[in-house]
Amino acid sequence: MIIATIAPLQAVALILCALAATAVALCLNPLRQIVLSGIYGLILTITFVTLQAPDVALSMLVVTTVAYPLVVLAAIGRTRRKQK
Amino acid sequence: MRDRHNVRGLLALPAVGGLGALLAWGFSGMPPFGSFHGFYGQLLNAIALPQRHTTNVVTAIVFDYRGFDTMGEEFILFAAVVGVVILMRGDNEQPTMLQRTDRVHSDAIRFFGVTMIGVGVLVGLWLAAFGLVTPGGGFQGGVAIASGIVVLFLSIGYPAWSKLAREEALDPFEGIGAGTYVAVGLAALISGAPFLHNLLGPGTPGTLWSGGSMAIINWGVAMEVAAANLLLYSEFLQRYLGPKE
Repeated sequence: MIIATIAPLQAVALILCALAATAVALCLNPLRQIVLSGIYGLILTITFVTLQAPDVALSMLVVTTVAYPLVVLAAIGRTRRKQK
Repeated sequence: MRDRHNVRGLLALPAVGGLGALLAWGFSGMPPFGSFHGFYGQLLNAIALPQRHTTNVVTAIVFDYRGFDTMGEEFILFAAVVGVVILMRGDNEQPTMLQRTDRVHSDAIRFFGVTMIGVGVLVGLWLAAFGLVTPGGGFQGGVAIASGIVVLFLSIGYPAWSKLAREEALDPFEGIGAGTYVAVGLAALISGAPFLHNLLGPGTPGTLWSGGSMAIINWGVAMEVAAANLLLYSEFLQRYLGPKE
């Protein structure tokens, strides 16, 4: 047993995770959704840090806050321009 | 329209209920929060530092104990990016008006953007360099380096970015980076040891030269991941500002 019980910081991070994930799922506007998903990724990063997994947190940080939003934003921008 | 939604809801109810019940059943049998029964994990925590001289056990696992799996993962990324490049390849048409004139006019954004490029690339290099000592490694470092460089597009404009992120310039880095992994593995095989055997010896713990062959693999992965991400961004941004279809 390394961590016997859940620490307050971990509990807060997990609750924020649940809230952010629900917000991403309920958001209907793709542009807002990708921003929310970036925020959700950031909260997941913090969660991994509180769970003492810094390596996973670093991977999560760079992928969810830069790589993924950039690719999706470019795709959204492209389809919007076509519709005009 | 409203009725159709209700019918859909009714049809989904058994499936949602069944899945929910399965989930609840699964959660009820879970070990307590934070308890860890993985024998292999405890074992590696105990032997990685004396055996491989790396203070970051995660990197020792990724590049050594399960190095062969990581090689496969690296080539998944490689193949995925090659697939994107082939799918999105245009017919080499002239740059569009948008691609030639896209420019950020705010001096403040340009100044802080260029500063951030340096910071981002430096953080990436640091993450990659100390991957065997502190948390981080080639993958994280590579994505961070690419994230730093893509700020060039965000803060200066497409023409400056497209001069740097050219496919001819990035392809060699991606190929050589991915090939380094295989080369290190084959070098061990040629010398009579098993594939990916650590030929260079474990080195000094806590320094940049700890982990031996893992350090070379780590830099190869950093190069491959950075180039692969930049290629991906380059294809998407080219399409973003490309001609109307």
